[in-house]
Amino acid sequence: MSKQLVTIIGKAVKTVARLRGGGSALPGLVVEHIDPNFISKTLSHLPMGVVVISGTNGKTTTTKMVVELLESQGLKVFTNRTGSNFTRGVAAALLGEIDIRGNLHADIAVLELDEAHAVHFVDKIAPRYSLILNVMRDQLDRFGEVDKTASLLQHIALSTTKTVVLNREDTLIAKISDNLSKKEVRFFGLNQSLRSLFPNDDEFHSTKPTTKSKIKADVVLTSFSNNLATYEFDNKSITTKLKINGIYNVFNSAAALTLVRAILKDKIDYDKLIGTLSKIKPAFGRGESLDVYGQPLELILVKNPSGFRLGLKSFQTDEHAVMIAINDNYADGRDMSWLWDVDFSSLKTIKVSQVSGTRAYDMALRLQYDDVETDFIDTNLKKSLNNFLNVNIHVPKRIYCTYTAMLTIRKSLAKITNVKRIIK
Amino acid sequence: MNKKVINIVHLYARDMNIYGDMGNVLVIKRRLEKYGFTPLITEYNPGDNFPSEIDIVIGGGGQDSGQSKIQDDLIKIGPKLKKLAQNGVPMLMICGLYQLFGKFFKTSSGEIIKGIGLLDIETYGKSERLIGNIITNSREFGDIIGYENHSGQTYLNSPVEPLGSVILGAGNNTDDGSEGARYKNVIGTYLHGSLLPKNYKIADFLIEKAVLNRYGTFEKIAIDDSIADKARQNAKKRPR
Repeated sequence: MSKQLVTIIGKAVKTVARLRGGGSALPGLVVEHIDPNFISKTLSHLPMGVVVISGTNGKTTTTKMVVELLESQGLKVFTNRTGSNFTRGVAAALLGEIDIRGNLHADIAVLELDEAHAVHFVDKIAPRYSLILNVMRDQLDRFGEVDKTASLLQHIALSTTKTVVLNREDTLIAKISDNLSKKEVRFFGLNQSLRSLFPNDDEFHSTKPTTKSKIKADVVLTSFSNNLATYEFDNKSITTKLKINGIYNVFNSAAALTLVRAILKDKIDYDKLIGTLSKIKPAFGRGESLDVYGQPLELILVKNPSGFRLGLKSFQTDEHAVMIAINDNYADGRDMSWLWDVDFSSLKTIKVSQVSGTRAYDMALRLQYDDVETDFIDTNLKKSLNNFLNVNIHVPKRIYCTYTAMLTIRKSLAKITNVKRIIK
Repeated sequence: MNKKVINIVHLYARDMNIYGDMGNVLVIKRRLEKYGFTPLITEYNPGDNFPSEIDIVIGGGGQDSGQSKIQDDLIKIGPKLKKLAQNGVPMLMICGLYQLFGKFFKTSSGEIIKGIGLLDIETYGKSERLIGNIITNSREFGDIIGYENHSGQTYLNSPVEPLGSVILGAGNNTDDGSEGARYKNVIGTYLHGSLLPKNYKIADFLIEKAVLNRYGTFEKIAIDDSIADKARQNAKKRPR
């Protein structure tokens, strides 16, 4: 079938799916079915190639940062910004961008891919650059084990034709470089004083002290406090204010800088680059702030112990009312054991207003063992959300929630505030 | 210190703790405190000096790399653990360490990984992974509710008894409907998720045995477990 025909069919399905209020996966699925090479054919013409970003935590916000940083340098960037980080999500995003002849007008593609799907993707389209953020015990019931996930990520690195960017502070990720002797490898890293804030998977589960890495990193995050971040590269130190919050997002900004430096080399306007970096906002659900009845409400996506732990560390203040919503649907992971790998004692001083989600009582039980008080427990998420908003009407609010709980919460909030439409 | 001490050993805390096993240690610790004892937790890792005072031993699951790190050390301390078990020291072994407390684990490629044989059980690696919510029933503890995730299938030989019989899920293997193992005061099980928070009767069993061994008497104080009971009811309704 001709590229043009595939494009027309795909675009038609996309229009119909949108009219019916459906998600973005369907048109991608249709296109993949009638032309399995649709993505590779379309992306192979890009002058600066394809960039793949993967890892357990922070893919979406990091991808957003890389895209905006490259755009600040005048590049036209294609990305799967819907957050649908599967191959068919990429196909669906492509359908929205290509012209009717099936041509994509962009310099470079920057794609966020889930570890398991990235492996299939890179077998079809070898990325020119890849960025591997971290590997944590995420959704073990789906991927099996953390070593297995690390080997998936290594496969992405091995398939990369030009430069691989790796996290120096994550032992399993840094080790990937041992097998990449023929490729350019760049690292992003942390100053030793920040290491304790970013435990890697081994450190996270043990009290063993961290050892300093001997590898030289291209960009090092040297300090972060009160939204001021300092980076070190080219033997210079640069400090900038940031809009992104959450220390893991800030560390990943060093990853984004390293990747952009690898792509553009000496052709970077640093004033524009850092100016753009300071204005980047977090991606959907990664610490985004909404206005509800004149008070800010922050939604924080939690999906694994490390993410939850860092989320608690990053967003802690005493004046916020806190709600936690834990679902155990397939997309969240059915296994609840991860809640026991998170230390909740930082919530002791403020107590939790609402605990909800299909596993509300598992969460409440977890809090009980850390001596955290809970006002209301209810598995009915909509009811619980309403109660939370009403009881805490005059104070800033914060909701920690799993993926499907977040979708429900956003849908409910959309009725009372301006929530950007997200396509699943 | 005026309170009575109970010594807990968290076996291979660094390498075998993959599925929220910290939760099991936390529950033992907090309940001991409520019963008026001072829990002392020792993390034991390969190469450490084996503690001389041990009242409870807790061990978790690990992935392949974790198991290969602890294997030699476990064989080395095996006789000591066996002696403790013979003396009635309560132990809880989850998943990976449950398997290695048995005689052997035969991988799907035919390789034999030696266990310490504290439990007369044998495990065979299979290609199918048994994953999901699980409910079993035991005469001693009632319904036991949790989550399993393993590809090894375990078979028991007498005098080892199953911990429970499966109501929902797979359990020890896909053949006999049994789950876990009971021998002296040792409990082995595939249920992580974590086991003890929602199955506090098992936690109290381990605590009571430990206290009786060391102090001769145990007075149980009532603990409000209403949230745990709700979590149990709720978890029972969730799909596999």
